[in-house]
Amino acid sequence: MRTEPLLVVDDVVVRFGGVTAVDHASFVARSGRVTGLIGPNGAGKTTCFNVISGLQKPTSGRVRFGGRTISHTPVHRRARRGIGRTFQRLEAFGSLTVGDNVRVARDIRAGLLGAVRPSRGDVGGLLERVGIAAYADERADSVPTGVARLLELARCLAGDPKLLLLDEPSSGQDETETEAFGVLLRDLAAEGRGILMVEHDMDLVMSVCDELHVLDFGEVIATGTPAEIRSDPAVQRAYLGYSDAGSETRTDLQPVETTAVIPAVTPSTPRNSAEGALRAMSTDFHGDPGGTS
Amino acid sequence: MSVPILEVCDVHAAYGRIEVLRGVDLSVPKGAVLALLGPNGAGKSTLTRVISGQKKPTSGDVHLGGVDVRDVRPEELARVGLCTVPEGRSVFANLTVEENLLLMSYAGVPAPAVLDTAFSYFPRLHERRHQLAGTMSGGEQQMLAMSRALASDPALLILDELSMGLAPLIVDELYETVARIASSGVSILCIEQFARTALRVADYAAVMSGGRVVATGEPAEILRSMSDVILGGAA
Amino acid sequence: MSSFIAYTLFGLFSGAAYAIAASGLVLTYSTTRVFNIAHGALGMVLSFVFWDFSVRQGMPTLLALALVLLVVAPAIGWFIARFVARDLGDAPASVSLVVTVALLVMCIGVATQVWPQESRTILPFFAGRTFGIGSATITAHQVITILASVVVATGLYVLLTRTRIGTAMRASVDNPELLRLFGGKPEQVAALAWMIGVSLAGLAGILLVSTVGLDYYALTLLVINAYAAAMLGRLTNLPLTFLGAMGLGLLTSYFPGYVHLDGFLAQVQTVLPALFLFAVVVALPQAQLRIGQVKGIVSAPLPSPRRTMGWSAALLLLVALLAGALSEANLLVVGRAAAFGIVMLSMVLLTGYGGHISLAQLAFAGVGALTYAKLGEPTLAGLAVSVLVSAAVGALVALPVLRLTGLYLALATLAFASIMDKVVFQADWAFGFNGLLPAGRLSFLGHSVSSTGAYVVVMTLFLVLVAWAVLVLRRGVVGRLLIATRDSAAACGTLGLDVRWFRVGLFALSAGMAGLGGALYAGLRQNIGSGDFIYFNSLLLLLFAVVAGVTSVSGAVLGGIGLTALPELQSSYPSVAGMFFVAIAVFAILLAKEPNGIAGHLFRLGRWAQDRVAPRIRANLPRLPGAGGEDDLASESEGVAHAH
Repeated sequence: MRTEPLLVVDDVVVRFGGVTAVDHASFVARSGRVTGLIGPNGAGKTTCFNVISGLQKPTSGRVRFGGRTISHTPVHRRARRGIGRTFQRLEAFGSLTVGDNVRVARDIRAGLLGAVRPSRGDVGGLLERVGIAAYADERADSVPTGVARLLELARCLAGDPKLLLLDEPSSGQDETETEAFGVLLRDLAAEGRGILMVEHDMDLVMSVCDELHVLDFGEVIATGTPAEIRSDPAVQRAYLGYSDAGSETRTDLQPVETTAVIPAVTPSTPRNSAEGALRAMSTDFHGDPGGTS
Repeated sequence: MSVPILEVCDVHAAYGRIEVLRGVDLSVPKGAVLALLGPNGAGKSTLTRVISGQKKPTSGDVHLGGVDVRDVRPEELARVGLCTVPEGRSVFANLTVEENLLLMSYAGVPAPAVLDTAFSYFPRLHERRHQLAGTMSGGEQQMLAMSRALASDPALLILDELSMGLAPLIVDELYETVARIASSGVSILCIEQFARTALRVADYAAVMSGGRVVATGEPAEILRSMSDVILGGAA
Repeated sequence: MSSFIAYTLFGLFSGAAYAIAASGLVLTYSTTRVFNIAHGALGMVLSFVFWDFSVRQGMPTLLALALVLLVVAPAIGWFIARFVARDLGDAPASVSLVVTVALLVMCIGVATQVWPQESRTILPFFAGRTFGIGSATITAHQVITILASVVVATGLYVLLTRTRIGTAMRASVDNPELLRLFGGKPEQVAALAWMIGVSLAGLAGILLVSTVGLDYYALTLLVINAYAAAMLGRLTNLPLTFLGAMGLGLLTSYFPGYVHLDGFLAQVQTVLPALFLFAVVVALPQAQLRIGQVKGIVSAPLPSPRRTMGWSAALLLLVALLAGALSEANLLVVGRAAAFGIVMLSMVLLTGYGGHISLAQLAFAGVGALTYAKLGEPTLAGLAVSVLVSAAVGALVALPVLRLTGLYLALATLAFASIMDKVVFQADWAFGFNGLLPAGRLSFLGHSVSSTGAYVVVMTLFLVLVAWAVLVLRRGVVGRLLIATRDSAAACGTLGLDVRWFRVGLFALSAGMAGLGGALYAGLRQNIGSGDFIYFNSLLLLLFAVVAGVTSVSGAVLGGIGLTALPELQSSYPSVAGMFFVAIAVFAILLAKEPNGIAGHLFRLGRWAQDRVAPRIRANLPRLPGAGGEDDLASESEGVAHAH
């Protein structure tokens, strides 16, 4: 008998007012695997993360983690059960140093007992591991985005989570950093952690993920290995836009015929009052009417 | 060659100490449609905010019609012919369709003329003129947003992620409107994540990544390189 | 039946006046995101202006009314929008709270300065003219008020739905950035909203003044009724606001008529609006946890233990010297400063580190004092019980408001403070109305500290101990957690912290500290009454905390001194008493965005002095008692590197 995957998102719906952000989404993430959650902007990926971590109540559907339903478990208890997450729009503690950010996570994990003992041990080790030890004494609101993202990861790891939810972890990193980050992710998965990652850097996604779920309009439109996903016509449509050509493969990514309707590049004479006004700005703001003609 | 309607020179911008734009150079020729593509977090929307005057760049220049507009407020730019349709639903959700259109008259075209243009181009908006904009479908909301571009007859139109969260057919419909606006000679900067969609109406294309413009060129060649950027390299 | 009609008519009259006030409040808030705590105070000032024009200068009533509502009020509104409230909408709720509280205090300062205390009356409009409805009568003034509310409602409706600028007002609620892209000017819209808002505050004040009386505080605090109504409309919905105001008007009118009033219930009547406000705020739907950008604030530097030790010793020594030299009356003043210093320290913890604004700290101090006096056990044990009771009350307040933050938390604590003030402290079983309770001087191991001088030294010792406790907390695990929850509650949640219970604990701790200050103060004064804890002073407490610097222990001590000095200065220079309020308000407005206050500037000055002219004149540096001094780096540069 197969055991249940670490995380099961089952038929989750989230509506904000009249807008459906997540539409009957179902997917899983397994221990020891890197699972990618991809899809165009506004597809509902971050909302999914909020539902899993407990920051957003789903309109319907349920979330199971480690074999138990956690749909009604509060945020902090889910964290204690082993769900850690990072944020797309960063949530580092800006007034604290990078090191103290991680220390806070350790203190929270240690609970009341930890509160009376000074935290000790491997804060430095965690920073070392994600590669930002050099920033340990800098304030978190003064470090570059890439570092802040790694800081959020280190902070997460301080709680020794079973499942890591990473929301666009590589944005703000350059190519070499991203490469190192990929290695780190594989490493973390090899320790037996499940990783669920929203990511836009497709090179990274395709190289580290074991499995991908593609979300579009809040719906899971495809699931499979990176290779399968890349050749899936539905995915291509979701990412590159709709065209009438039906099933496509990467080889026929050609401009669609409608480009023919493009008007002439060079317009005629100044044609409207607004443009005249734009030009008049030179006098309004700078007293220099030259330059436009 | 005439002065470009929009010229962005070595613009840097940052949120706090985190730099998002790292020297952007971009130019939109008068009357042309430029598609600006690129992955999430590349800085496209920040660039929109800089051009429209909502965010001050830390350095660099923005010229509209050859005039430096770095210290001009967004409402002043809007009143002299810059029409920005920002990311997301750029309508007032708690106002009715008619009230939204009424506010569009701030751009300089009298309210009756705005209503006329909008209703004749999108009859559906006329049917729904007393409905709250927020209760309409995403496509209808974007039609309402596009009405501002249609009615205010701008010198430069900036469209940011017009297609976000919309069904393909609706996106097609919207881009027909864009094509029509373009054919009337309006210069357009069109920011889009769906490369194919945007390139359909574009004269030129540029790709942004990591806060810089990394490629510019004809739509066809850009599309070929875009598929690598968006769907991963030739792995 | 006739009495029912009479109650109803009176209820409709007061409801109409509340509605006018509340709609102004809602208009301003919904267009600018600034909740104007000073709404009632502005109404009060405008009522005084109206008195000045119509009674003192003898203008015709209609002319005076027109001048006040169409010239003076809009001018004030424009000034506030242009110079005070600008950019406040995007600032944290705490900043706009502080600024509007400062406005309130400034209004009171201006009023007391320009129109010193004397008996003034404003007659109702068409005094003496009444109409009969069945067997009940209604005065012309009441009719005018009800009609005015209808006119205001209609006027606002037409403005907001039929005009472009009104539509722009509603649009700027939705999305001011987008309004700019449309070519609209949010500043213009905000200025108009403030102009109309202040004018409506004036109208409500003038309509109510003949009933309430021309008084600095009564009119100012009457606005709680308007808060409650506005809250029912979630600060944005005008029809619901009108409904809430009418409901509240009727409720406050029926209550004394139909509920048999004696003792406790009589007091409940006075706080009905506050109870209503508390209930509405608590019942508001849960707000989502904020998820946003990395934000941090620059806190005051933490002093090294060695420095803390030095300043503490200096402070104790100074007070000990003073204790031998000062008169009894002056010693009471020093003791009062120490007590306020302790209460201020409770705000350092809650507001400075934790980022929560409470307008009930003085109420917690009152609970401490009350418990201490009631126990009649002036020992350390009695003191400890007082602290625990205050902490428990603090936790009780925090429980229902668990999910509230920012403005809602502040309003809930304000409502709580006014309820405590009027219902609990003035109750017969407590201090009693205008009553005093005896309280003993503290005794240690059977030895009572009976001399005032010695007692003041003991209080200072407590101040120092509490300051140390705050610093130890800040340096340790709890301090880091405090800053972390302030920077991002959402992240703390996802790391496994139950943020809400953490906040209950924080509130309890802070309330306990305030209670300690109150209990010690009771022992100092040897008799204590509700007049020592009137809730208006909680507002002053907040201003002083902000001005002196709520992020540092030194700021708390400075604030304690300031809060004590204020009434002393006011009674020494009665001719400019109001100007002191104005001055502190101006400082608070200027410093609202600089969380470290005067203390922060002193630290900077200290560091500058140390960097530039350090070695030679270090011995001559001006030093403030109890100030924590410079940061760790500075002490390390002196070669004292054992700051850990």
